Amino acid sequence: MADLPQYAGSDSAMRVALRWGLYLMLAVFAAFYLLPLFVMVTTSVKSLDEIRSAGLIGLPRDITLEPWQYAWSQACIGVQCEGIAPFFWNSVRMAVPAVVLSTLLGALNGYALTKWKFKGSNIVFAMLLFGCFIPFQVVILPMARTLGILGLSNTVTGLVMVHVVYGMAFTTLFFRNYYVSIPDELVKAATIDGAGFFTIFTRIMLPLSPPIIVVCVIWQFTQIWNDFLFGVSFASNTGSPLTVALNNLVNTSTGVKQYNVDMAAALICALPTLLIYVLAGKYFVRGLTAGSVKG
Amino acid sequence: MSVIADAGLVAARPSLREALQARVSQIVVAPSFALVLFFVYGFIFWTIYVSFSESRMLPNYTWAGIDRYVQLWNTPRWHTAITNLFLFGGSFIALCMAIGLALAVMLDQRIRAEGALRTIYLYPMALSFIVSGTAWKWILNPGTGLEAYFKSLGWDVSIGWLTDSQMAIWCLVLAAVWQSSGFVMALFLAGLRGVDQEIVKAAYLDGATLPKIYMRIIIPSIRPVFLSALVVLAHLAIKSFDLVKALTNGGPGTSTDLPATFMHNFTFERNQLGIGAASAVMMLCTVMAVIVPYLYSELRGAKRG
Repeated sequence: MADLPQYAGSDSAMRVALRWGLYLMLAVFAAFYLLPLFVMVTTSVKSLDEIRSAGLIGLPRDITLEPWQYAWSQACIGVQCEGIAPFFWNSVRMAVPAVVLSTLLGALNGYALTKWKFKGSNIVFAMLLFGCFIPFQVVILPMARTLGILGLSNTVTGLVMVHVVYGMAFTTLFFRNYYVSIPDELVKAATIDGAGFFTIFTRIMLPLSPPIIVVCVIWQFTQIWNDFLFGVSFASNTGSPLTVALNNLVNTSTGVKQYNVDMAAALICALPTLLIYVLAGKYFVRGLTAGSVKG
Repeated sequence: MSVIADAGLVAARPSLREALQARVSQIVVAPSFALVLFFVYGFIFWTIYVSFSESRMLPNYTWAGIDRYVQLWNTPRWHTAITNLFLFGGSFIALCMAIGLALAVMLDQRIRAEGALRTIYLYPMALSFIVSGTAWKWILNPGTGLEAYFKSLGWDVSIGWLTDSQMAIWCLVLAAVWQSSGFVMALFLAGLRGVDQEIVKAAYLDGATLPKIYMRIIIPSIRPVFLSALVVLAHLAIKSFDLVKALTNGGPGTSTDLPATFMHNFTFERNQLGIGAASAVMMLCTVMAVIVPYLYSELRGAKRG
């Protein structure tokens, strides 16, 4: 479509008006998408008094970082009044190992299933892929019991395991689709030279993989960091991830409602993934389309 | 065509080492496969079994036939959840598609600052539904949010939707559309950019107007994107849980319950495992009803192509 306007004959007033209308519409939508972020940021740096008097919209008169400090280290989540910091670190301790492990497993599986096909490998892949589509409600009940039996209820370790198991379908899919496009001749040549399964993986495949590793890590990190269902089902206590703590903080009905603290906490929860989106948006979108359209 | 077989041909005689190499692949995949067999297939089977059992507080493996399903479908709250799913899902999908397509077409007109606009439209997708639920809850709060702001301007509008059991479901739609429509835009934009420019030019030289070119040529040629977007959005809608929890928590009353929150409530709060399992199985069936035909058509298409 990008070439069309050059065929458009003489530019009339009509065309100019249309152009302006177009930009106006785009700007209105941009405002719609930005509104919640704007409101969150401004609310989080206002004092409670100012919120009560000035309301929702409007720039803060005096910027205060107190709500951020309060949310980080003092706000009460349930009976514990140490802020959301411990839960932030829970999320970090959950997401980092889960992302690393599921990416590694996905790379190995994707490599094995494309470059070393065996009888039934396509069926194995199809069965792995099924995990992408199930609504997790259908597994949380037995999972909760299994974690209980293993003594992993309400632990970060338990959540890491859950995320690795259910993230694997996606990571395998990512790597499988990527490795399919790498010529088999490369592997064949290396085999003739005497290289084995793991040598080829570390010397040939991995050096070719950075683009898909970035996509996979971003996708997995966003999914795991933003997860709520597993967190609230398996770890609703001190082992909670940040999303669960944030929800508890916001929906608590005791005491004065500190909207500015809620917003600061929400922003702290959003910052890691937002940062990744801003820094590596291209890869983020690629993962989103690949992960959602499922190849 | 397998790599291993070819390597064997070159080496003239398949050696023990090669036979082992062929096994390595299976050994590497085996643990993942075992995990999936247990945690996906085993668990689904377990849930299905529990849904046909006497389970209440604790799993009870006595066979009860379809009793739990009868109980489920006799629960008014489940009917609310299903009705809401259709209301929410239907409008969520329709609005996301409409806005996504409109934005994609507008962005496709050689727009200045297209990159920046795209970034703005898509960033909500990076956020947790809990974060966006928190933000919208604050904006839609009648006492402090937009309504209070409009009143301070002297406009007497009422947008106390969150506390109105008829309107609360539309708050969910609003927040969900806000979060996901940018993503649909990205899908459509990628589709539009893939359209053959020669055909478009030819149509233009034949005197077709821009709206006509879009309606007759471009949009029909990106039909597969509509299908993908539809499937992704339906999947999102059926699984919606976080947003409801953060924005309305199913309320006021049970007016914004969706199957996912229903399932969670019955399983973890009311200790009705059997009914919870039955509702989870219904959700699985719904997702499968959307996904299986899609995958079937995709795979058939891949074979033909």
